[in-house]
Amino acid sequence: MLATEKEINVLEEATVRFCGDSGDGMQLAGTQFTNTSALQGNDIATFPDFPAEIRAPRGTKAGVSGFQIHFSSREIFTPGDTVDALVAMNPAALATNLSDLRDGGILICDDAEFEKKGLEQAGYKTNPLEDGSLSKFKLHRVNITKLTRLSVEGLGLGTKEADRCRNFFAMGLVFWLYDRSLEPTLRFITDKFGKRPEVAQANERALKAGYNYGETVEGMSTQYQVQKAVLKPGKYRNIMGNQATAYGLIAAARLSKKRLFMGAYPITPASDVLHELSVFKHFDVLTFQAEDEIAAMTATIGAAFAGEFAVTASSGPGIALKGEGMGLAVMTELPMLIINVQRGGPSTGLPTKTEQADLFQAVLGRNGECPMPVIAARSPGDCFDSVLEAWRIAVEYMTPVMLLTDGYIANGSEPWPIPKAAELPRVTVTHPGPLVNGNGHANGHANGSADDPDGYGEKSKFLPYLRDQKLARPWAVPGTVGLEHRIGGLEKQDITGNVNYEAENHQHMVNTRAQKVANVADSIPLQEVNGPTSGDLLVVSWGGTYGACATAVQKAQSAGKAVAHAHLRYLNPFPKNLGDLLKSYKKVLVPELNMGQLNLLLRGKYLVDCIGYNKVQGKPFSVGELVSKIYELVG
Amino acid sequence: MSTAALPVLTAADFASDQDVRWCPGCGDYSILAQMKKVMPTLGVPREKVVFVSGIGCSSRFPYYMNTYGIHSIHGRAPAVATGIKTCRPDLQVWVITGDGDGLSIGGNHLMHAIRRNMDLNIVLFNNRIYGLTKGQYSPTSPLGQRTKSTPMGVIDNPLHPLSIAIGAEATFVARSIDTHIQHLGMVLKRAAEHEGTAFIEVYQNCNVFNDGAWDYATDRAMKAETTIELEHGKPLIFGKNKDKGIRLNGMEPEIVELGKGITEDDLLFHDEKCAEPSLAYLLSRMRYEDGFPEPIGVFRSVQAPLYDKLMNEQIELAIQQKGPGDLDKLFNAGDTWVVE
Ligand code: SF4
Repeated sequence: MLATEKEINVLEEATVRFCGDSGDGMQLAGTQFTNTSALQGNDIATFPDFPAEIRAPRGTKAGVSGFQIHFSSREIFTPGDTVDALVAMNPAALATNLSDLRDGGILICDDAEFEKKGLEQAGYKTNPLEDGSLSKFKLHRVNITKLTRLSVEGLGLGTKEADRCRNFFAMGLVFWLYDRSLEPTLRFITDKFGKRPEVAQANERALKAGYNYGETVEGMSTQYQVQKAVLKPGKYRNIMGNQATAYGLIAAARLSKKRLFMGAYPITPASDVLHELSVFKHFDVLTFQAEDEIAAMTATIGAAFAGEFAVTASSGPGIALKGEGMGLAVMTELPMLIINVQRGGPSTGLPTKTEQADLFQAVLGRNGECPMPVIAARSPGDCFDSVLEAWRIAVEYMTPVMLLTDGYIANGSEPWPIPKAAELPRVTVTHPGPLVNGNGHANGHANGSADDPDGYGEKSKFLPYLRDQKLARPWAVPGTVGLEHRIGGLEKQDITGNVNYEAENHQHMVNTRAQKVANVADSIPLQEVNGPTSGDLLVVSWGGTYGACATAVQKAQSAGKAVAHAHLRYLNPFPKNLGDLLKSYKKVLVPELNMGQLNLLLRGKYLVDCIGYNKVQGKPFSVGELVSKIYELVG
Repeated sequence: MSTAALPVLTAADFASDQDVRWCPGCGDYSILAQMKKVMPTLGVPREKVVFVSGIGCSSRFPYYMNTYGIHSIHGRAPAVATGIKTCRPDLQVWVITGDGDGLSIGGNHLMHAIRRNMDLNIVLFNNRIYGLTKGQYSPTSPLGQRTKSTPMGVIDNPLHPLSIAIGAEATFVARSIDTHIQHLGMVLKRAAEHEGTAFIEVYQNCNVFNDGAWDYATDRAMKAETTIELEHGKPLIFGKNKDKGIRLNGMEPEIVELGKGITEDDLLFHDEKCAEPSLAYLLSRMRYEDGFPEPIGVFRSVQAPLYDKLMNEQIELAIQQKGPGDLDKLFNAGDTWVVE
């Protein structure tokens, strides 16, 4: 049969999932498919899902790793609720992923793996490929193992090594199915395996064999195409959340002429930020892999005191350990970023799964009255902008800032309109200059004079806690003559910074620190809504659930419902108009991947009877469930 | 900048305007006094000096020095100092800690700071008690000691600060005593001059909660018999009449009397430059309670690569190899596509 006789079916969008054993290279297959689709001009959203164990026993359900790609010819925000094509490399992968395949969906299984042991491990009593249980799907039984081995014959590879190319065969087949170019993956193979030509050749052969198999075998009668998406004109690349975070850090430091210091301790899913940064030393990036989370945090405080752009990144359990250090950061009023790539909790919880249950921890989770600005990124690419914004707040208000992302956007990817460095917002950092024999403008305050540089009547002394209008204190850097000063975690007197335990002073300082953080609201945009400015329902979301909530609201709006969407970036303080906004709708729905944390904060602050929609299952919302909830509320 | 214009500083220039709040008679005063005396001799301008501390009586130290300083949180001073020093190798960074702060809650940071060998000076005030929290036993309190939290006596084995430091690959290890002021000044100066992490243990008397813990080493009548001053290249001799020495018998040190056929040449000669740390470790294990004089002075002073320097060298090398970072290049690296 010839290729030309195959039917071609043009789709608006499609969702594909590769799943197999964690040793089967499914993440690689997904990443290649993603990059290829992005390069072909589709809009994409991805969802890698992998087990916490590095290598669970082969063939078990615990060891199944998957990667889902949603690609489309229109703008999309989520990796898709259901899957149109599922590649299952073994029975365990089939058993754990089949429920997401839509009726009539394409199912490709490696026939060779569906033997006694594999079936038993997956809990199958009979072979699902043969017992008729898969009749509602377009099942393709492909002996991927055998065909891969055949394709690499003559290269002198052992069976084990040959079998490592199975993912390339599967990729090739799916590439044919969706009419994707092999070029980007062939380039990747040369780059990655160039040093081992026999492996490079084997992967290339397996990839092409898979592609040719699709083209020639009779069972595959239809090829699908998804056209380019109409995205905003410009130059794009694909970017993952943690990568965007790292780029944001590098850019923000560079633009404010600072060295970048990152203190970090390895933790899933935040480690990639450290990995990314550690290869960009030529941007004057210092990465310090600390002995523990506490050291990562406190070294970050040291770096901030030393006058650099300091950041630490971790996930829930690590953030818990940093709590005391964050208190010191709040007390010493030094600018720095604390990034929490949230994962399922409590305790060690679900390290590789997503959740947004650390909002209380971020806003409230420290001893004493310890306010800190908190902002959250909403998508992989948005991590970049969020870092720039977090740094702006940190510097302008002299405060640590917490940035929340999550495992879902950290590992997910999307097309990213490439910014021009010259057009990015720049944060100007000013440090007070030297003060010699009482001369010089120690704090550089506008109300000062030559005789009285700070306008405070003290000529010869640097006052580390003398504040500007925003209530920010000066950032005096060691090495500056005349500004020698001591800071610490004990309560201090305002203006002088001297240790002080007096009752009124403590009240004053607590109020001042709170007011300073509240002042951040003066510099952030008012909350926008997508949809009517009043009406039946406002959906309020934050963080990585943006895509699902935005898509669900759009669907309800197209169905004529008076529903609006407000997605919050600023979680502490909230935008100034938020309270009024909430009160402009009959109902407010707050979907969160936690048990109602933003909901409680909104209720507490604005006395609005918000309705929660809550889920903690280690996975993102599906658009479908949110649409159902919206319909339930607006009828 | 002409160096001729540099003012000559005195100890008073290093005193801050804050009242010192330690208990009258506390050993900390004398350490502070020696520090202020040593600082002007180091040739480092005041604004280039940073004192970092954790929590505890000793950790109030930075407030009393007219330099930059951070009074951080319990046990974390070495980590805070690491952040400062890696960013700013040009600063002289001191860590002031105590036996509880450094060896208990901050043991992990202390160990890792030492093994990285940044150019830090760590001074551990050892008073064998928790003073600020009013008298609980510390990780250096001897077995059996009755304290507020051990009314029937301490039952956990004490740690020995110098043994820990040597075990963590310290390149400079020394010990001194709060009341032995000249010796203390000498040790502080040598620590400051050492390139790499210098670790100093100072026997410090807490006259309120653990008075006399070091009497055996400070008592005029006893100290010649209970301590032994280390000097590089010299034999280990001690005693009021300088008539006793330390000899090695296999791996065991033993006290011998000079004369009667034993000469200085039979004694253990101190070698602070010895690459192999076993000798320093052996000296750190000599305890009064086991009948030995306790060595004071510099146990070990060797050279090794510095973490802060290496980190900054890697950055320079990366810049040499890849050119200074260019944001637009970074953003545009890899596969890109254009939407018309
Ligand atoms: S409690 Fe002890 S160590 Fe603390 S200041 Fe008083 S005497 Fe010194």
